[in-house]
Amino acid sequence: MAPAFFVPDRTGRVPSAEGYFGAFGGRFIPEALVAAVEEVAVEFDKAKDDPSFAAELGELLRHYTGRPSAMTEVPRFARQAGGARVFLKREDLNHTGSHKINNVLGQALLTKRMGKTRVIAETGAGQHGVATATACALFGLDCTIYMGEIDTRRQALNVARMRILGAEVIAVASGSRTLKDAINEAFRDWVANVDSTHYLFGTVAGPHPFPAMVRDLHRVIGVEARGQLLERVGRLPDAAVACVGGGSNAIGLFHAFLDDPSVRLVGCEPGGLGPEEGRHAATLSVGEPGILHGSRSYVLQDEDGQITDTYSISAGLDYPGIGPEHAYLKDAGRAEYRAVTDDQAMQALRLLARTEGIIAAIESAHALAGALDVGRELGPDGVVLVNLSGRGDKDMDTAARYFGLYDQDQAEGEARGRTPDRVTPGEGNVR
Amino acid sequence: MTDGIASLAGALAQARAQDRAALIGYLPAGFPDLESGIDAIAALVEGGCDIVEVGLPHSDPVLDGPVIQAADDIALRGGLRIVDVLRTVREVRDRTGAPVLCMTYWNPVDRYGAERFAADLAAAGGAGCILPDLPVEESLAWRTAAKAHGLATVFVVAPSSQNERLATITAAGSGFVYAASLMGVTGARAKVGAQAADLVRRARLLTDLPVCVGLGVSDAEQAAEVAAFADGVIVGSAFVQCLLDAGTDTAAGLKALRELAGELATGMRRR
Repeated sequence: MAPAFFVPDRTGRVPSAEGYFGAFGGRFIPEALVAAVEEVAVEFDKAKDDPSFAAELGELLRHYTGRPSAMTEVPRFARQAGGARVFLKREDLNHTGSHKINNVLGQALLTKRMGKTRVIAETGAGQHGVATATACALFGLDCTIYMGEIDTRRQALNVARMRILGAEVIAVASGSRTLKDAINEAFRDWVANVDSTHYLFGTVAGPHPFPAMVRDLHRVIGVEARGQLLERVGRLPDAAVACVGGGSNAIGLFHAFLDDPSVRLVGCEPGGLGPEEGRHAATLSVGEPGILHGSRSYVLQDEDGQITDTYSISAGLDYPGIGPEHAYLKDAGRAEYRAVTDDQAMQALRLLARTEGIIAAIESAHALAGALDVGRELGPDGVVLVNLSGRGDKDMDTAARYFGLYDQDQAEGEARGRTPDRVTPGEGNVR
Repeated sequence: MTDGIASLAGALAQARAQDRAALIGYLPAGFPDLESGIDAIAALVEGGCDIVEVGLPHSDPVLDGPVIQAADDIALRGGLRIVDVLRTVREVRDRTGAPVLCMTYWNPVDRYGAERFAADLAAAGGAGCILPDLPVEESLAWRTAAKAHGLATVFVVAPSSQNERLATITAAGSGFVYAASLMGVTGARAKVGAQAADLVRRARLLTDLPVCVGLGVSDAEQAAEVAAFADGVIVGSAFVQCLLDAGTDTAAGLKALRELAGELATGMRRR
């Protein structure tokens, strides 16, 4: 009997029927999208209770994605973590190289069920875009990916991957020219083409039902990891650590541990270059409640409710919002969120590569850096579980420039100056 | 202080008494700058608009096409604040006497505070608000505040709105019903869809509120076509484009606005 890979939440605690996680969530969308969003909610509810959906998705996740994903203990890396044992949930080993494929395959099946022929998606680092382009190739769906112009430059490898998979990649030149405006542009497309098109949203934000649906499609991460750790160590971890941009891999990891009060849930936000406005994207640490992209959650905004500039070396975390369930978990005190700087993340990325032979995505490296701190807090008896949400191939240009790994950059690299390829924080932003 | 809902009803009734549709013009506040923006919105009324919508620009205008996005960018880069938008509403109202609606997204209002915003907008002489990303299900806090200050809540309905939702939305709204002529964002279109006439017909069966049509209307021919079946014609991007085309020559921009408003109004009187 194969393990179940589609393991949606069945407690029904959150969200409410209106899509609220406590004070957060809801559905703030134009009237033109209400019918389409409602259709997604109805179809997903049906699919949740349809054994044939679970079977079809389960087959794909097993034989196409390669689930269950491995769990790897990293003792040489853990020497820097106060002696705590550190285990990595290897979502980087999934087909396409990140956790994103879990959600994408589920929503692609849903797209077919709704009879839609075209898929659009936003992408930051390109991982969700690559996963979406992959699923569209597999299912024969038309695919358009919106990506901020700054991100198409810093994640050029993923742009090429999406294009070879047959997707159209549109570089978004409006506003911040990063993930936020890629989402704006995808919404504009959806309003105009909603009859034929499903918006395959990539994170646990957006209007209801996306936060709950994307969570349910990623819950397998934590469910697997919990079982693997119990089998390997015989006990639960003391902390589960994940990076948070929109929050999809973190919710996927955290959710299986919500009822295990001994497990600290630690989300690592992009602290960028520091706490000043425009130099980070630490939404839960610094933001305040507001509405962005269809739901109420924490948002980086000014006094007038204008969304403020963000910056992170990681394109996938460079976002001024956060999924509403994270806002709920923060306010409930169940999860804690901390900012990890660019440099902490990059050092952790290099440390894991050199001690364990694993190259993490820069996004996931924020979780690695957080795990080093959490391990030191726990001490030698601690057990830390980290979601390694993606692999770092796409980031090699950024890393090479950061660490001066290109021959012509050697002198520059030795100066150890900060050389993120998004040189100017806030470049291109409105305010 | 006049009641916002009553002032809207008055303007729409006056147009109807003249056997014509009302012309409703939109421009964002602070565009091309604060003072010129006030002159520009007043010029819409001078040219022939019966009602104006003052946009409160947002950093993330997901329902706007590139033309209005460009104007919002210019206004926000110029440092426009909500207090400046309220001042724009007050000056336009004082100078023209036309009803002045505010059109924006929900987050700026929510952040400012729904009650505080309604109070300040009413004090500035505003007639009401259009909040296109605030669906009726989430609108109670705003509607309560608006009602307390005599402000209209103008909801947008779309060709995709089924009759049951249309009934719910039109029952919750006041002032008029904003019927989106097509599925899409703001911006001029070569043709205004046939969906608009059907939507107006369906809405009229469900409400006594006037039904005004917006999205995509940019020239006199289209305005006349829509005026034949709607109570009002809403034009935004075409006015913004006048000012964008004029560049730094504000006087030329104002002249172009008056001329376009005049052409649209004249076209609509030929039905």
